[in-house]
Amino acid sequence: MDLIKLTIDNREVEVPRGTTILKAAKGMGIDIPTLCHFELEGFKFHNKPGGCRVCVVEVAGRRNLAPACVTECMPDMVVKTNSMRVLNARKTVLELILSDHPNDCLQCAKSGNCELQDLAIRFGIRKNPFTGAEHTQSSYKVELSPSIVRDMNKCVMCRRCETMCNEIQSVGALSAIHRGFPAVVSTAFEKQLTETPCVFCGQCVAVCPVGALTEVDNNGKVLRDIADPAKKTVVQVAPAVRVALGEEFGMAPGSIVTKKLTAALKAIGFDYVFDTDWSADLTIMEEGTELIGRLTKFLAGDKSVKIPLMTSCCPAWVNFYEKHFPQLREYPSTAKSPQQMFGAIAKNYFADKIGCKREDMVCVSVMPCVAKKYETGREELAKNGNPDVDYSITTRELARLIKMANIDFNSLPDAEFDSPLGESTGAAVIFGATGGVMEAAVRTAYEVITGKTLPKVDFEELRGLEGVKEATVHVQDGLDLKLAIVHGLGNARKMLELIEKGECPYHAIEVMACPGGCIDGAGQPYHHGDSSIIKARWEATYQADREMPIRKSHENPSIQAIYKEYLGEPCGHLSHELLHTHYFDNQIKVEAE
Amino acid sequence: MAITVKINKETHDKIVAICNNFNNDPGELINVLHQTQDFLGYLPAEAQELIAECLHMPTAKVFGVVSFYAFFTMTPKGKHPVSVCMGTACYVRGGEKILDAFKSELGIEVGETDANGEFSLTSLRCVGACGLAPVALVDGKVYGRLVPAMVKDIVAEYRGK
Repeated sequence: MDLIKLTIDNREVEVPRGTTILKAAKGMGIDIPTLCHFELEGFKFHNKPGGCRVCVVEVAGRRNLAPACVTECMPDMVVKTNSMRVLNARKTVLELILSDHPNDCLQCAKSGNCELQDLAIRFGIRKNPFTGAEHTQSSYKVELSPSIVRDMNKCVMCRRCETMCNEIQSVGALSAIHRGFPAVVSTAFEKQLTETPCVFCGQCVAVCPVGALTEVDNNGKVLRDIADPAKKTVVQVAPAVRVALGEEFGMAPGSIVTKKLTAALKAIGFDYVFDTDWSADLTIMEEGTELIGRLTKFLAGDKSVKIPLMTSCCPAWVNFYEKHFPQLREYPSTAKSPQQMFGAIAKNYFADKIGCKREDMVCVSVMPCVAKKYETGREELAKNGNPDVDYSITTRELARLIKMANIDFNSLPDAEFDSPLGESTGAAVIFGATGGVMEAAVRTAYEVITGKTLPKVDFEELRGLEGVKEATVHVQDGLDLKLAIVHGLGNARKMLELIEKGECPYHAIEVMACPGGCIDGAGQPYHHGDSSIIKARWEATYQADREMPIRKSHENPSIQAIYKEYLGEPCGHLSHELLHTHYFDNQIKVEAE
Repeated sequence: MAITVKINKETHDKIVAICNNFNNDPGELINVLHQTQDFLGYLPAEAQELIAECLHMPTAKVFGVVSFYAFFTMTPKGKHPVSVCMGTACYVRGGEKILDAFKSELGIEVGETDANGEFSLTSLRCVGACGLAPVALVDGKVYGRLVPAMVKDIVAEYRGK
């Protein structure tokens, strides 16, 4: 490797050629402040427009200050990261940014999590000598979509959301528009997100440094419905929430807080605290059966059957193929997502069981996701206008709810999920990480197809945080399952393009829209670019799996019971009615007339 | 629900041809936009949607470029486009006053078209007639050595025609 020597803050350092000053300094324990720069190491996400100028440093012999995030180290360079000139310049840059910002921090949804606020604190900004053009030259209306709130008055043009939307997700809903003060990141013709290719993955929200992009807050609805004595409130919690919520209460990333989470939901006042892991096991029964069904036909030479089967748990991914590849919408499984399977069972089976009318039951979900909010509103996932899941809150909203309800999360005694929709397996908890749905499906499919017990439950080959993974699982003589696992919609696009060209070698593909899967969903505590947090959640997910007494979905006694008592058999008549769905062509098309 | 954007057949074919001429290369976006605006006089949303489709790029990106450059417009031009030069020579000889005179005579701002679709107003940088500064163009005809008082008569020449 070509190494070069330079001096940063009077200390000599050796770095590989091509290293930026920012990175070289970081390696020496020098924390140069940044705003627009954003790197998610290990996920190929690097936003470095060099636009905000917060990271400027002094380079000896250079007339102007250099942005550390895009300036490469040169041999014998002498860099000062904290000279008077540098500190004054950074402060001025911040003051200029703040002069065009609403500065309504007390009421901002991002307060306490805002990177601009952090910088203002760090630089001790008290008075601003600049009066900006805010509210005079540019004033944007706040847009409420089903999932995301866009308040472009707060946009600082770091363009992280644009990079995420285009380069990682390949969705192409966002772009920088206009110039000068009115410049913001927006949609084509500044349309509502619902009228654009946006799929509501919310990764723009996950990387936004300020309050320009936030989630729709449903906590008001939760409090209203819990307070209503006529309502029975039923809550379900997604797998990935339990490995991330602790972060909001000062716990180390990767803390597993399932039992405290359950206790908190009971303390908040939900009548029934259930688990989306339960319906994840149900999903495996349905999706696994569908896979075996399609595969059997395919291997018997039926050319009309759609192979590969693609997973359909992720609502942003569902939106992606409906909006970008509607011609391929017969490939994904018709199985509803675990959130919606839960809702359908809660409002049909469980409501009957406890003698509650559908209209009197409120089904709430806690999700690591903002797309789930949109999903609850899909018309086909309702009965006579009454949705199976009434609304969804994110991990972050739940943390706020717990704090609002003066619950000391850290000292809560452990509690268990309620029965019957609370029992689950290790196969369900790994739904939260990329590769988990496929592994859970394989654990069940293997035993169903062969009739034998798996020699080893762990499929290491299906795990890992690489964007595209492929593996072959030997099931029995003559059947080697060829599998692919992708996360990030840009990688999902590659799979769809392979199918379109007829060159897809796989039998089944798992897709999750967010990098790393639901553990890095847009509703999770903000990671601010620290990918070690995602890694810790990922490891915790597999630890939670190992700690479960039952690790295969088809062995979940509560799942076996519901088939016996109510559903009949997987992919049977009632399953089709309650647990399966269909997809639409939602593409934007140009037509000559 | 699928969203269908309708576009006139002739415009559709012309834009497809322009994009084809540039091998549907997204790197040629600005040239494609130039030629499309030359043809249509402006860049309506449906034209940008089609260009995005042909060049295999997001419509948001196309709109980003259109909204960034002052030269591109999404407002249809009037029957008689008026352009006032704001190049250095014209500017120092009072180009801005000429522009103000056109604004008040036509009752529109730069980048706008009047309610009848008769006149539209733009400013531009140098038409290569600096000797005649300040200059304005109406329907491509150059008017030089202007003073604000002349604007009323120039507009009258075209009004209703």
